[in-house]
Amino acid sequence: MVAINAETIFKIGDFPITNSVIAASLPIIALAIITFIGTRKMKKRPKGLQNVLEMIVESILKLTHDVVENKKVANLVFPIVATFFIFIIVNNWAGLLPGFGTIGVYETIEGHEKLVPILRSANADLNTTIMLSILSVLTIQIVGISALGLKKYSKKFFNFSSPILFFVGILELISEFIKIISFSFRLYGNVFAGEVLLIVITLLVPYVMPIPFYGLELFVGFIQALVFTMLTLVFIKMATAEVH
Amino acid sequence: METESAKFFAAALAIAMGALGPSIALGFLAGKGLEAIGRNPEAASKIQSSMILMGAFTEAIAIYALIVAIIIKLV
Repeated sequence: MVAINAETIFKIGDFPITNSVIAASLPIIALAIITFIGTRKMKKRPKGLQNVLEMIVESILKLTHDVVENKKVANLVFPIVATFFIFIIVNNWAGLLPGFGTIGVYETIEGHEKLVPILRSANADLNTTIMLSILSVLTIQIVGISALGLKKYSKKFFNFSSPILFFVGILELISEFIKIISFSFRLYGNVFAGEVLLIVITLLVPYVMPIPFYGLELFVGFIQALVFTMLTLVFIKMATAEVH
Repeated sequence: METESAKFFAAALAIAMGALGPSIALGFLAGKGLEAIGRNPEAASKIQSSMILMGAFTEAIAIYALIVAIIIKLV
């Protein structure tokens, strides 16, 4: 069925290019082309493609300002947070297109003949999601340190005023590392389990039954992108809050 | 019991018991959220976005159990 880890298609020197890397670069190229076409000859009253792009950017900006009430911090983190959202949602939805997981080459692995697909949904690979979650946690730390200053920010974790607060600080420090695991496994689990679910349903009843499951996958893809973004924003808000 | 049948049992039990807690928690979350919306319909959108956020947190625990079950079965 589906392999847990992404299969290597070819190597550049010593660096393996897996099928999820190929499948992640296609939406990036497509987004770059669409944005380039949409931002040529920009008008004050936007029409057509520029209008759609502005709508998307405005809605993510509104979400950022709503969650992070601080205007300066919101404008600072908006680019990377919008990148997270658009990257995750476009990759999730692109993984539902026909051709992902089905077009491939037959290879003999460990004596069995298996199909190695050329394209695989990018977030169904743990490497992509760990990358996104490390970037997210790094962003939270950097924004927190730049907003509060290093001394005040580290007082949240290393609090020497009383033993209980010291213990709470250590727990907070551990919880920052747990965030990396939680972010990555939430996204990976949702997308990978959705893939396996679609394959199993198609094996059982190929004709009409997969339709509601595709609808579920569309919804889950959108919700996971939204949750990743909103959690990053909420943690940024908590990291820039003053310690009482 | 041989390893193959133990693997089957382990995978099934992992996801079955792992999904029990989060489903009860999600039920509580939805109940309290709807109650809060009923008492204060003006704050509905704030409560709604908090509900979705907390739902994703809780759901993630069930996803961890699912990952363990898939790893037991496929690796």
